[in-house]
Amino acid sequence: MSTRQFGARVKRNADPELLRGEGCFTDDIPLHGALHAAFVRSPFARAKILEIDVTEAVELEGVIAVYTCDDIGHLDQELPLLIPHDCMTDARTARPLARDDVYYVGQPVVMVVAINRYIAEDALLLIDIDYDPLEVEMGLEAAAMDGAPLVHDTHPNNVAADFTQISGDPSAAMQDADHVTRITVRVDRSTASALEARAVAAQFDHVSGQLTVWDGTQAPLAVRGGIASLFGLDEDKVRVIAPNVGGGFGQKIMFPHSDEVLVPLAAMTLGRPVKYIEDRRENFIGSNQERTQIHHMELFAKKTGEIIALRDNFLHDTGAFIPYGIAVPQVASTSIAGPYRIPNIEVSFKAIYTPATPVSPYRGCGRPHACFAIERAIDQLADELGMDRMEIRRINLIADDEFPYERDGLIFADGLKVIQDSGQYTKALEMVRAKIGWDGFAEKQKAAQAEGRYLGMGLAFYVEGTGLGPYEGGHIKIHPITGKAYVNTGLTSQGQGHETVFAQIVSDQLGIAVEDVIVVEGDSGAFDWGVATFASRAAVCSGNAIHKTAIKVRKKIIEAAANMLEADLSEIELEDGYALVAGTNRKVALSAVATATNPLRYAFNEAAKAATQFAPASRHDGPALAEGQQPGLEDTDFFSPDCATWAYGVHAAIVEIDPVTCKVDFHKYVCIHDCGNMINPTIVEGQVLGGFAQGIAGALYEKIEFDEDGNPINASFVDFLIPYATEIPSIEIHHLETPAPNNPLGVKGVGEAGCIAVGATVASGIQDAMKHKSNAVFRQTPITPSMIHEGLFKTSS
Amino acid sequence: MKYKPNIQKIIPNESTDSKNMITFKVNGLEISRSVSTRLHLADFLRHEIGLTGTHVGCEHGVCGACTILLNGQAVRSCLTFAVQADGAEIHTIESEAEDDGTLSVLQQAFEDCHGLQCGFCTPGMIMNIRSYFNSNEKLDLSDDGIREIISGNLCRCTGYANIVSAVRQAAKQLGKG
Repeated sequence: MSTRQFGARVKRNADPELLRGEGCFTDDIPLHGALHAAFVRSPFARAKILEIDVTEAVELEGVIAVYTCDDIGHLDQELPLLIPHDCMTDARTARPLARDDVYYVGQPVVMVVAINRYIAEDALLLIDIDYDPLEVEMGLEAAAMDGAPLVHDTHPNNVAADFTQISGDPSAAMQDADHVTRITVRVDRSTASALEARAVAAQFDHVSGQLTVWDGTQAPLAVRGGIASLFGLDEDKVRVIAPNVGGGFGQKIMFPHSDEVLVPLAAMTLGRPVKYIEDRRENFIGSNQERTQIHHMELFAKKTGEIIALRDNFLHDTGAFIPYGIAVPQVASTSIAGPYRIPNIEVSFKAIYTPATPVSPYRGCGRPHACFAIERAIDQLADELGMDRMEIRRINLIADDEFPYERDGLIFADGLKVIQDSGQYTKALEMVRAKIGWDGFAEKQKAAQAEGRYLGMGLAFYVEGTGLGPYEGGHIKIHPITGKAYVNTGLTSQGQGHETVFAQIVSDQLGIAVEDVIVVEGDSGAFDWGVATFASRAAVCSGNAIHKTAIKVRKKIIEAAANMLEADLSEIELEDGYALVAGTNRKVALSAVATATNPLRYAFNEAAKAATQFAPASRHDGPALAEGQQPGLEDTDFFSPDCATWAYGVHAAIVEIDPVTCKVDFHKYVCIHDCGNMINPTIVEGQVLGGFAQGIAGALYEKIEFDEDGNPINASFVDFLIPYATEIPSIEIHHLETPAPNNPLGVKGVGEAGCIAVGATVASGIQDAMKHKSNAVFRQTPITPSMIHEGLFKTSS
Repeated sequence: MKYKPNIQKIIPNESTDSKNMITFKVNGLEISRSVSTRLHLADFLRHEIGLTGTHVGCEHGVCGACTILLNGQAVRSCLTFAVQADGAEIHTIESEAEDDGTLSVLQQAFEDCHGLQCGFCTPGMIMNIRSYFNSNEKLDLSDDGIREIISGNLCRCTGYANIVSAVRQAAKQLGKG
């Protein structure tokens, strides 16, 4: 038997091309005669547009077309609300180009198309727009108060959505509490900052009526659906391809951004390919962001530390529009109790319009916020009850024999129940205790304090509902000439290594080398059933769909090979690209099996001869394909999860604060992580490491800042502090593998995991490091050196 | 709305920007082109001569994705005008592997260590490291030392740890430590 590929540290199929610079990102696609788009964007957070004068721009040599909202026909409409939900009334979404009003700095107002981007940008400067600026309120809490300026007149107090979910009987349980801990925490606005900003290119062939769109998106099939709907085109006339995409992290799940409809429009009306390659500033101000939430949490506990109820009220900043619905606050709501039993929950939120770039998911999608709230609250509860932070967690964790643990009454972002399906939470906690050196740390801390040092221990547990439905598909075909497996699925990769892990899954079933499994995804022309890449769902949904398909194709190969080799089905093994009869040297290449199962008229190569009509092997009575039989070795299947599957983990960190520079040093950072069965541990670790770095970024560095007029003031890589290698500490990762019970491969998602607990861990460590000298609390991320400096001087009472 | 194009107006293929003739060597090949004075080198490499391996991540000199070698020095090609490269010798990511596609020791180390995910920052990262490897100086292969070497390049996917391992593996193999 071949070595099992599932679980092996297989190198990635995608790497050689990417390393040689042969990747194909949207802007790399050679489109002869392509024109380039650029946008005039609103310089005001909220204003009335009085007049737009494009005369001079139109006349500039090299400018081909200038579009305002008056020039885009029926596309001048509010774009779709992608995820409708009852708790929103009259949800507001943006128009492709602003009409009458602008709602945030960065909103597209005019599109220029020119022969190159340089001239398009020259033209932007020639466009004259008169605005009447309106009053704005940038503060999230202030925006929700009576009398605050409204982003949309239609929405009093700027409330876009108001939603409460209840599990158990929180009102009754609250009465039984011995102790109540109350805490307010805040997570600030950030942005995904994929190294490749967004990019769209379109080409329209007016003879065939085919529109082809290359889009650096996480959701090519959804973009195809959106474009077909908005333009009134048949789906088969719209092909959307996500080529290599330079990171996504959620921002590229949002669609359509204005350019995703206007670039195709320009290509169709101008008869030339058109490209829009977003620059970094545009990405900072024009593409969706995420994170700001303010949670008011109460934990109701017994003296023993047992938490019997939780109440959380939070505000969620949705920016100027709410195109992605309540996905982010809903995930935060339903993740709010983390890994803890807490049987009674009341969680409610208000999503608030603010005159800022709209909000849609960014890696973590509400989970980092929920984790920060519950973990900071539990630390505080431990403090108030005089308990050890580890111990209070231990007694509240859902025990192994309590799984599956349903939070009756809560509905997850997939519209299904919240059921934490499996895990070994207590074991994970014990592992982190051992690996970080929890026991005995108190002495080290005391010794450090005696030397005037600030040494602290941070701890946080997280859960992550992953692998959300509705479904994904898998299609596999064995190429008759090469014998390679050609695999499709509808979602797409932004660097996660799908092409390798899916190949591993197929390799195990079909006995084909991983590098001979060609995975093509993100092309509606190749396979167009499926959803998108989000919510750490690719391995779960597409992985299982491909696995199910591979089993079907395996069966077809074995049946055909048994026939060809004149052996029993049970004797056939698949190995190294061959079907062979166990214990003999009789074998046949999969290419030959694929060829033989495809009755041919023409012998286009040597192997094909055997499948032609006069060849002995294909002699038969009646039709060449029996009724119900399909040619070749090919199949398709789907996987639709019955609910999300919950990954989890614990982080612990030993931090030291330099009291002079207020820099945070990490002496040790440990991550215990469980994403079910690992298809490729190297890729899993890569996902965790990358998520961890984004977690550190959110914990200590990254924050989108606005001045009081709503101008982003750090919209560049100079001022928005994305960590370099010098800012990211080393991390120890330890795996647990609790198979997911609700999918055939037993896998859980991992894409977002790494970032979730970092903010809470770092805040916990910093507070612990200075608690002997200061009563400062850290309930907000990012934690800046100024906040630490201020904290150091809050004298203990 | 109709989707057939209107009768086409004449669309020029080139801008009327002022142009200069430049001659330089790219990956060992001498080329002469007339280029727009304001065209930055990354755009020239990518769109005028088709070397799309050099990526543009920020166009303000911070992310390092567009790093190339200009006369052996790592430079940001987004902050360099093409005309500034007149007479220079340039190496891009396309020069790193063998002609038959065999990965260089450095590229191989990235593959071995899972030092890339989306691959967008990778060419700039590799060209920056290449400049250190070509410099003949003894490199500090401690974690801190390697992190310093790659501290001019942003990566949003990997969290850097595996890139650090890749640099160490390649440097050791090439006797740079």
